[in-house]
Amino acid sequence: MELKATREAFGEALLELGRKKKKVVVLSGDLEDATRAEYFKNEFSDRFFNLGIAEQDILGTAVGLSLDGLIPFACSFAAFLTNRAYGILRISICYNKRNVKVIGSHAGITVGADGATAQCLEDFAITRVLPNIIVLSPVDAIEAKKATYAMAEICGPVYMRLGRTPFPVITKESDPFTIGKANLMRDGNDVSIIATGLMVSEGLAAAESLSKEGISARVINMHTIKPLDEACIIAAAKHTRAIVTAEEHQINGGLGGAVAEVLARNEPAPIEMVAVLDTFGESGAPDELLKKYQLTAGDIIRAVKKVLNRKGI
Amino acid sequence: MSGRTIDIDVLKENARHFRKEILEMIHEAGSGHPGGSLSAVEILISLYYYKLNHRPDEPGWPIRDRFIMSKGHASPVVYVTLANCGYIPKAELKRFRKLGSMLQGHVHAGVPGVELSTGSLGQGLSVAGGIALGAKLRKVNFKIYCVLGDGEIQEGQIWEAAMTAAQHKLDNICAILDYNKVQENAPVAQIKNEEPLADKWRSFGWHVIEVDGHDFKRLISALDEFDSVKDKPTFIIAHTIKGKGVSFMEGQPKWHGKAPNTEQLETALRELGF
Repeated sequence: MELKATREAFGEALLELGRKKKKVVVLSGDLEDATRAEYFKNEFSDRFFNLGIAEQDILGTAVGLSLDGLIPFACSFAAFLTNRAYGILRISICYNKRNVKVIGSHAGITVGADGATAQCLEDFAITRVLPNIIVLSPVDAIEAKKATYAMAEICGPVYMRLGRTPFPVITKESDPFTIGKANLMRDGNDVSIIATGLMVSEGLAAAESLSKEGISARVINMHTIKPLDEACIIAAAKHTRAIVTAEEHQINGGLGGAVAEVLARNEPAPIEMVAVLDTFGESGAPDELLKKYQLTAGDIIRAVKKVLNRKGI
Repeated sequence: MSGRTIDIDVLKENARHFRKEILEMIHEAGSGHPGGSLSAVEILISLYYYKLNHRPDEPGWPIRDRFIMSKGHASPVVYVTLANCGYIPKAELKRFRKLGSMLQGHVHAGVPGVELSTGSLGQGLSVAGGIALGAKLRKVNFKIYCVLGDGEIQEGQIWEAAMTAAQHKLDNICAILDYNKVQENAPVAQIKNEEPLADKWRSFGWHVIEVDGHDFKRLISALDEFDSVKDKPTFIIAHTIKGKGVSFMEGQPKWHGKAPNTEQLETALRELGF
């Protein structure tokens, strides 16, 4: 299976966008090498601004650029943009409904050896509570490109998380991508695995294993954390009566929490969450970290069995 | 409306009326921020009646000069200015801070003539810098004016923005500090001393001008000096008095964010000659 980092695909898409749209401008927190915004910088240096290690100023400057119709992409690590500059995201961007694209790379535990300070595990929780923003979490490189193009067509705040580590490419160019509309990756009747980002691949691997035990699992790629595809979640709960969520994020407030909110309000069903269990990460290889922090297909399988037990099977 | 000859006596009379309207609207609302609104009256009048190239009947005019009120709690002075310029009906001032009003408690972009909603301090200068950067990129020549509070510049983002504006030689941006020297709970110098302020901004690469922020002639001449500064942003330190014009409010932290009651309003208006 092909492996490619979502940040890599974003960098390529951003360059392509730069060629097509002269209004696209890019801001960086001195991490364009890491976020791959440097592909844009190399061709459009006049529309690229490295504002240094100053995330608050980066988001504020992006707002100023947007006020006259430019389309700014503010790129840095997710941990710094969403955490350090949160007040600016909240007021200057979201309250003002500005057309700013906030791109947070190096999200999730798979950042690896850099350790806890760079591993952003709370971006879904803190962005999805803000009004007016769209929150995206592409599943693979192909989807990251589609998401980059799609957000440029929308006038309003968007946050997108990207990963550092190559993810399996599991979608095709021809697959549909619509913001706010989840993609069914595999149909099933006994349980629904609602996952985002890298964890969709793990979910598919889990479903494959489960099928050998006679358990039929639906796998949903929830690439949009906000607005959440509630219809898809409700339909899954009605049909399978058991839900497992999976994400490279804290267990509190992320995709699992968001899905639970939808279930509780609309279609109560047992839910188990595969996520980081209210702890910070650490240094290590991505695979080692996924294993230690219980974010593998095996962990999803365990969660499925637990939820099926609660469901009464 | 820009750089026209101006009768200082008319501006002074405007300032007196602005202060009345600011106090009345805060009284009517039952809350609000008189201290930092009264200190910025001459700054706003100098901008809107002398310096800004703007069209109240066309708030979105593409080549208008931009104004950002970074200290968003000084919304009364902004709203009174916009009402007197004709951006919004004066009657709207009575609806300040009330449910459903366009005049939100802090400066709000839903009001014609307002570019940016503010209120969380320290955010405006970055946005002004972004507008300035965009104007340079698009090679358009309007100017960007940004009023800051002295308490506000304790925020770290201000200094990030200060470095950005200098780095990118944003000579189209003029920040004006309403240096009234008093913040919500005490004098600025007692909380987080900012002096030597002029030296700080000069060392950050800005052209610094210090003026009496209640003296129209000095303010206007500082704003004109900004036009001739090349390759660096301009920072006008406007020395002002918090609560200016009302004896019992002047220099008093407790009038940072408190509405006058009826008796206090009457006293204040008498002092202003009404």
